[in-house]
Amino acid sequence: MYEFAFHRAADLDAAASLLANADDGRVIAGGQTLVAAMKLRLSAPSDLVDISGIASLAGIRVERGAVVIGAMTTHAAVAASADVIRAIPALADLAGTIGDRMVRNRGTIGGSVANNDPAADYPAAVLALGATVITTQRSITADDFFTGMYETALEPGEIITAVSFPIPRRAGYAKFPNPASRYALAGVFVADFETGVRIGITGGGGGVFRDAAFEEALTRNFSPAAIEGLSVYVESLSGDLHASAEYRAHLVGVMAKRAVTAALADR
Amino acid sequence: MAVPLSLNINGEVRAVDVEPRTLLVDFLRDALGLTGTHIGCDTAQCGACTVLLDGHAVKSCNVLAVQAAGAEVTTIEGVTPADGSLHPMQAAFRDHHGLQCGFCTPGMVMSAIDLVRNNPTPNREEIREALDGNLCRCTGYHNIVTAIEAGARTMQR
Repeated sequence: MYEFAFHRAADLDAAASLLANADDGRVIAGGQTLVAAMKLRLSAPSDLVDISGIASLAGIRVERGAVVIGAMTTHAAVAASADVIRAIPALADLAGTIGDRMVRNRGTIGGSVANNDPAADYPAAVLALGATVITTQRSITADDFFTGMYETALEPGEIITAVSFPIPRRAGYAKFPNPASRYALAGVFVADFETGVRIGITGGGGGVFRDAAFEEALTRNFSPAAIEGLSVYVESLSGDLHASAEYRAHLVGVMAKRAVTAALADR
Repeated sequence: MAVPLSLNINGEVRAVDVEPRTLLVDFLRDALGLTGTHIGCDTAQCGACTVLLDGHAVKSCNVLAVQAAGAEVTTIEGVTPADGSLHPMQAAFRDHHGLQCGFCTPGMVMSAIDLVRNNPTPNREEIREALDGNLCRCTGYHNIVTAIEAGARTMQR
């Protein structure tokens, strides 16, 4: 790991000014992705700004038809939250399948969403639920937030403070994890709202995406049978040593049906 | 450049200067001589370096020592009673032959203690799921699961 300067920010203003004064500063939350990337020298920031001690980033609350989760909330805390389990059980389920137990004790929702790994779990829920990403500067809708592989609408120095998830009628998540890394080879989150069904697909391509054919079919008829035989364009998926694009396309269809089945069992 | 770091290790406050890039596991082993925490893969997959950070199991090869400033860290050395006997989970691993070479064992025991504190009566499936982040190259896990079942029962007494 290359050398860097480490700062612990007392509040968001301090974090912003530490980032502004750094050559190539990065925010560190739980560090479950960033520390590993720095060990491999894939990432070499000049400064790390630790936001874990900022009290306003903690906590989960339910308000006006939404679950609002503070950026520093760990995956383990979301998985165990009675509020999340009651309001959006699929979201708690998803959090409980990220990485492994130790990663979930340390990794945070803000870090996962900001990193936008193309095989991460949370982006699928953020996109399918039409969540709003709240930052130090503004609120960004999920459809505008994820802009590409590891890329988001966040500006330099802009920090996620919370994610607000609208509560759907029902939702489900299913993923086929890579057995070694637990990242999704394909993961599908479906959310059924009064206004229609939204679907978020992760693990398959250059970043999380929706699919109009799945959404229209499920809005007409919310059942696994409605999407039997549907798939996504193989050309839009990636193939690598873990899985070919064709296999991932197949998995997306299978996981979508399982996610719908899970949603139907939900309520 | 080294920076001052103070944290509570196994009930004792330690203040040492460290470089910010020092991993928690290297700090424990090299600066404090607590070599019971093992480095298996160094890529946050095998779990041999598992310690409790403020009561939660984490992989100490994937945490910077400076991230633990002011925190309480418990290593395998810290779970052993002062009289030199074994923690009930350690005793259960010995009684049920939950180890062969023993390299993964400190991490297994720390994960198991974290599991039982959150779920006092885990079933075998829950134990296997909780060990997702701990790899053993020798045992095939069967006796480890049995040991944790037994250790959980003893911890409840």
